Amino acid sequence: MMRAGWLTALVWLLALALPAQAVEIEEWETDEGLRVLYVAAPDLPMFDLRLTFDGGASRDGDQGGLASLTSSALRHGTAEMDSDQLAERFESVGAQFSTNSLRDMAIVSLRSLTEPDWMDAALETLTTVLGAPAFPEADFDRARRQALQGLQRERQDPGSVATRRFYELMYGDHPYGNWPGGERETLEALEPANARAFYERFYTTGNGALAITGGLSREEAEAVAARISAALPQGPAAEPLPAVELPGELVEERVDFPSEQAHIHMGAPTLRRGDADHYALTLANHAFGGGGFTSRLFQEIRSARGLAYSVSSRLQPMAVEGPFRIGMQTAVDQADDAVAALREELARWHAEGIDADELEASRENVVNSFPLSLASNSDIVGLLSMIAFYDLSLDYLERYIERMEAVELDDLNARLRERINPDAMVTVIVGGQE
Amino acid sequence: MRGKNLVAVLVTALAFAWPVAVPAAPEIESDVVEATLDNGLTVLVLEDRRAPVVANMVWYRVGSADEHSGVTGISHMLEHMMFRGSEQYEPGEFSRIVSRLGGRENAFTGRDYTGYFQVIGRDHWETVMAMEAERMQHLRLQEDEFRPELNVVKEERRLRVEDQPNSLLREHVMATAFFNHPYGNPVIGWMSDIEAYTLEDNQAWYDRYYHPNNAVVVVVGDVDAERVIDAAREHFGDIPAGELADAKPRAETPQKGERRITVEAPAELPYLMMGWKAPVLNSVADPVDAYALMVAAGILDSGEASRFAREIVRGEELAGATSARYSPFSRLDDLFLIAAVPTADTDVGTLEAALLEQVERLKDEPVSDRELERVQARVIASEVYQRDSVRSQAFQLGMLQTIGVGWQEGERFVERVRAVTAEDVQRVVREYLVPQRRTVGILDPQPLDSEAPPDPGAVQPYGDTAGGV
Repeated sequence: MMRAGWLTALVWLLALALPAQAVEIEEWETDEGLRVLYVAAPDLPMFDLRLTFDGGASRDGDQGGLASLTSSALRHGTAEMDSDQLAERFESVGAQFSTNSLRDMAIVSLRSLTEPDWMDAALETLTTVLGAPAFPEADFDRARRQALQGLQRERQDPGSVATRRFYELMYGDHPYGNWPGGERETLEALEPANARAFYERFYTTGNGALAITGGLSREEAEAVAARISAALPQGPAAEPLPAVELPGELVEERVDFPSEQAHIHMGAPTLRRGDADHYALTLANHAFGGGGFTSRLFQEIRSARGLAYSVSSRLQPMAVEGPFRIGMQTAVDQADDAVAALREELARWHAEGIDADELEASRENVVNSFPLSLASNSDIVGLLSMIAFYDLSLDYLERYIERMEAVELDDLNARLRERINPDAMVTVIVGGQE
Repeated sequence: MRGKNLVAVLVTALAFAWPVAVPAAPEIESDVVEATLDNGLTVLVLEDRRAPVVANMVWYRVGSADEHSGVTGISHMLEHMMFRGSEQYEPGEFSRIVSRLGGRENAFTGRDYTGYFQVIGRDHWETVMAMEAERMQHLRLQEDEFRPELNVVKEERRLRVEDQPNSLLREHVMATAFFNHPYGNPVIGWMSDIEAYTLEDNQAWYDRYYHPNNAVVVVVGDVDAERVIDAAREHFGDIPAGELADAKPRAETPQKGERRITVEAPAELPYLMMGWKAPVLNSVADPVDAYALMVAAGILDSGEASRFAREIVRGEELAGATSARYSPFSRLDDLFLIAAVPTADTDVGTLEAALLEQVERLKDEPVSDRELERVQARVIASEVYQRDSVRSQAFQLGMLQTIGVGWQEGERFVERVRAVTAEDVQRVVREYLVPQRRTVGILDPQPLDSEAPPDPGAVQPYGDTAGGV
């Protein structure tokens, strides 16, 4: 077994950037109205495609877990092809098919070789299941039982317990406050017909986007997109999510747990995708806790005081205000010290901002790491999906560096003071006994 | 460019691979450039110009397999200290430089190796290479840097092992399976050993193992191979070779029957893990034996079409999750591991019997051509997919070289897997997956709340892992 390195648990800030030699994004719409973004990457005989739909857990309503079970049900096949056959068809040609559901989006991904017979077999299987999933009852019931076991697995993990509570306290009744895995009561109430209705409502050409990259020509990519689009149900985009009510005061909650470490989360709903403050806040956060080994949190909490293996902060822009969140774990008897240290760093960051050296170091990292974020087909398809799903402008990547270059220190610190409020944050501490 | 050559060969091979059986893949002309400096340093370079990025790695042939009792995990501790200052760079400065250059860096410790890497824009690989050469010879271990880092490692162990019931079980299974063979020790080390490390322990480990003749430099990406080798000679060439003591064999004492343990820990779900002692590519007389074991694991559990997924997870629904894992690639003999989480109304004994029945079936009847072809297709495709990342290509070269197999094995991988027959699978499973080689571990969940044992049917409002994107 390989032990992963010592930064693995930290989240690298996703540096959304484009190398100077530029990746050219092509865009079109299919006859049925599916938006397609494509980048040619002809060097390897493989391709990646990713469909995203505005049908994540934030669309569950009072049927918690429905988006997740609907996503699983796409792996259960069609009336003519059961789940065993579906898996066999993909895997016998080396294709990787996956479905996933987050808060904002439902995702369907396929990676395949471009060898014609194999590629065709993979695409045929994909379009068949996208167009006519069968939602067989036996598979649905099994997926439900697996989801219930998933809830148990999360309950034995202090990190999961903390994250769940953190979202509940940050978002209250807003759809982001619901646990994407659902609750026992809501899962037990779900029927295959609910999943079918969810699929018909949200997995549509008008509510989705398709990202394609790899060794397909523009013509081939268009043909692939046309096949997929023709298979999908047609329908309109989902209504926008309700706005998030930002917290007005400090909330702190402790949860007992028989663990050696306390898991600490601190943060608040902060940022939407497409918000103009994204650039300034990204640089501010890079210096604070998003920049890995060099960030303040890493230096002060980990290197100087040895309080944690993993300590970081991140901005997670979403369709509506996604969180700014700080996370760390520490031995339970140090939890109070750790929370005090985090609050102190947060207050100093907020009140004093970052300095000119920190801004330049952060900016250099973001700008110079630019080529890395588009170095692989995996990177490219992920960025294309993000741009397409959140309806960002096509020059988003192209202008990313100049926007980062344009951020000025005074303005950055002003944005930081306005958008981050240490006195209105949620803190959850899970671990140890009161 | 090797990437393209190999891909061309693979694609040619694909045309024959399925559904018709094929002869062995044609000879592959490799584009990996290898050099050995006078001081014994091995340098491996692979040009890959898909993107203007480079993966730079230094691998040392030292890991937990080299550790003796009392200092388990010291390789990993030293890995942490490599970021806390050298003669030329004050603590943290190495990382600040990498960061400003836009690089991503990290390090990893395994049983057989310790590695350091940066992925960075093509203009900066030589800067980080020079920095790696400096810390190969001039690490400055200081008490006031060591003390807080020791606490960091303790926190890491708590995070990865102490509070993870499944990791605890795995650690106990390995320790039970191996009495004197070093894979019985966890890579991160036992907590009481971690607590007792001294600065001198770190120094001794560094002095003993961090030498050019015990290291491999790997560079993959948008580079010119000859320039990289010249640069390696310039930056590493003057570092003197060190004395390397021969490793003691530490071959495991013969097992005299099945071993069985229970781990009790606060948890909701039981967990079952079984491991059979098995040889690896380094120790088998014929490589096909190691690859046949790998194919056997693939037949049982690789993808949703494999036997465990079809029959144990979906068919009989005895498990919520399963795995079967065997790798031919380690320095020393290892375990063939099977693990599973029982479903709510399945007891662990029933699950164990069902998993063993699957193993027996591999002995009783040859696997079908269709199953063999599925495993082969996945391997062929994965070889192409891996080329999407300079880092994973560099990792493969460094790993194969460091464990003593040699990087060339990567070039033969597809051919080797293809050569495995149904009879080979049957033969190796009969030989190695036998009770006398087996260790069984069961996680017995204890209440998470000692005052009110959890009602297995109740749901508390906890448990998120996913976030939005």
